[in-house]
Amino acid sequence: MKNDSLPSIDARRKFLGKLGLAAATCAGAGALGAFAPAAARAAVSAGGSFPTKDYDWTNHKWAFGVDANKCIGCLRCVEACKTENSVPGNPHQFRTWVERYVYLEGETRARIDSQQDPVNIAASGAPDKYRFANRYQGAKVEKAFFVPKLCNQCEHPACVQVCPVGATYQTKDGVVLIDETHCIGCRYCVQACPYGARYFNEAKGAPDKCNWCYHRITKGLQPACVDACPVGARVFGNTLEKQSPISLFIRNNRVQVLRPESGNSPNVFYVGIDKEVS
Amino acid sequence: METHAHFAQYTGWVFPNETIIDWTVLLAVYPYLTGLVAGAFTVSSLYQVFGFQRLKPVAHLALLTSLCCMLFVPMPLLLHLGQPLHAFNAMITPHLTSAMAMFGFFATFYVVLLMLEIWFAYRPYIVEQAQKRTDLLGKVYKLMTLGSYDVSERARKVDEKWVFWLAVAGIPGAHGLHGYVGFLFGSLKSREWWSSDLMPVIFLFSAIISGVSLLIVLYVASCKLRRVPVDLACLKGMAYTVWAFIMIAFVLEWLEFANIVYKGREGVDTIMAFVTGPLLIPYFVLQFGIGAALPMLWLSYMIWRGTTGRALVFGVTASAMLVLFSVFMMRWNVVIGGQELSKTGKGLIFYDMPFLGQEGALVAILLTLAPLLTLLGAIRLFPPWEDGHTPASPALAGAH
Repeated sequence: MKNDSLPSIDARRKFLGKLGLAAATCAGAGALGAFAPAAARAAVSAGGSFPTKDYDWTNHKWAFGVDANKCIGCLRCVEACKTENSVPGNPHQFRTWVERYVYLEGETRARIDSQQDPVNIAASGAPDKYRFANRYQGAKVEKAFFVPKLCNQCEHPACVQVCPVGATYQTKDGVVLIDETHCIGCRYCVQACPYGARYFNEAKGAPDKCNWCYHRITKGLQPACVDACPVGARVFGNTLEKQSPISLFIRNNRVQVLRPESGNSPNVFYVGIDKEVS
Repeated sequence: METHAHFAQYTGWVFPNETIIDWTVLLAVYPYLTGLVAGAFTVSSLYQVFGFQRLKPVAHLALLTSLCCMLFVPMPLLLHLGQPLHAFNAMITPHLTSAMAMFGFFATFYVVLLMLEIWFAYRPYIVEQAQKRTDLLGKVYKLMTLGSYDVSERARKVDEKWVFWLAVAGIPGAHGLHGYVGFLFGSLKSREWWSSDLMPVIFLFSAIISGVSLLIVLYVASCKLRRVPVDLACLKGMAYTVWAFIMIAFVLEWLEFANIVYKGREGVDTIMAFVTGPLLIPYFVLQFGIGAALPMLWLSYMIWRGTTGRALVFGVTASAMLVLFSVFMMRWNVVIGGQELSKTGKGLIFYDMPFLGQEGALVAILLTLAPLLTLLGAIRLFPPWEDGHTPASPALAGAH
């Protein structure tokens, strides 16, 4: 047996020392990497011309308004969104959807349904067409209303907080975006969203959600759902402009947000919703 | 575009996007394996650090079990990821506000720690085999010596010191890793079933009982297979450990449930409908009744009566198997149960587990068994038995 006690112990000590140094170097490199995407984003925003040449995201603070009193539940917004954003044509994955709340006579709690309801699916006729079935025709309805839902582009988004790689992030203008090329597809963000606004797109291997049609709004257009709404139930605009539709909507109405207790501070403001809407 | 999504049935009011259960059975296997890692390491630490001499026969088996389970912990996650090739983004560009971002670092740290500890503990054996064997395995052992053939008294003292301090560092390492898994769920405010400050602690205690139980089963099985008598003192030591920790785990889990019910926040009606309906059997009967209360009472009875011999071996092993089952059900009820309760607080969704497929039951079973098969190989490389080749004696003498 080789007996080289002292030199060997020294050699092992040196080896372990090198191992520690290597580990520290790797950890340091990892930590530096953590700041790289943020630094890259800061550089882009400083240019003030991303993603469209004439667009400066530091001059915008987008917000969205929903007037539930006006919504007629036609679901043109849902279909427009699906087409505009290539959302899978099925009644289980949505960037925006509409909920129907119906209080029947003698009942204290609302009956709620939406596009995934089998009765509504049957009434729609095709997987990419959406209709509310006329299921309460014979019933005595005391109160009924529709509530359009979409991503709230929260001020303190839980989805951004939990993303392990920073693939979902908040832009300077307040919209929460997803970098599908960086996402690992863990779906922690889907779990973290209290509003059920995210779905997982199997084909892309990444989650998807409403981004207020970021490709449109940065070109001066309205989100597809706002354009498609025949009654003006959806309002969109830049809150940094005092006379923008959304600024007027927020100023002239008593607005509320969904689940304020979550601490997410949503940027979709509602008028005309009821106690059971969350 | 073809979608592979599986739509879940539901009752009441749920958000449309919720009708696809996103975290499947593999996400229940992940905390289960992590728990086994932490629990097995607990047994090793009880001997290496806290001087529980009676656990000596399983101290090295515990280390090997912990490592074999740990090697497979990332597998359910990788199989679940939508873009597994991007997995290393979590380590290259970790988003530091995310609880999940730290997993890669914690896991790597712990695997390195375990490998180092095993290397130091087995160094004399590795050196012996490297010098004795001339076959391919001999070359493997030679490689594992890392060029150090010194097994003198002095060198072994250094080894023992390393084993001791690595075991000390491993206690917060292993338990931190699992408490952190509990935090992954407990910190999500979107679901009432998950959002609990007690979640990390509950995960931790259930981890300990599952790991110790796994060691009980492995130890008894190994004794039967090797036709050697079971060391009853050692078995009793592990039984005491399970008995003590199961009571804490049991009380904590009830406290959490009592908290949810007593606070009675929005959605509690649905929670009550859930636990008395679809979750009645998985939660009350399987997890609490058969899986926890029964082994707790059985162990209490055996300790009270001073049961010994075959009855003790049978009772403790059976209790351990029940605990292993109970802890899996706990993971299931948290991960799957949490998603079956809608975020609306007004509806229930039903997870239909496929048998085949990338995230089906078969893969989950194979992933749970894979560490055990790996352990078979590890045991051949590093025999943990006291009666055969004895690895480096633990650090007690040198470090205390």
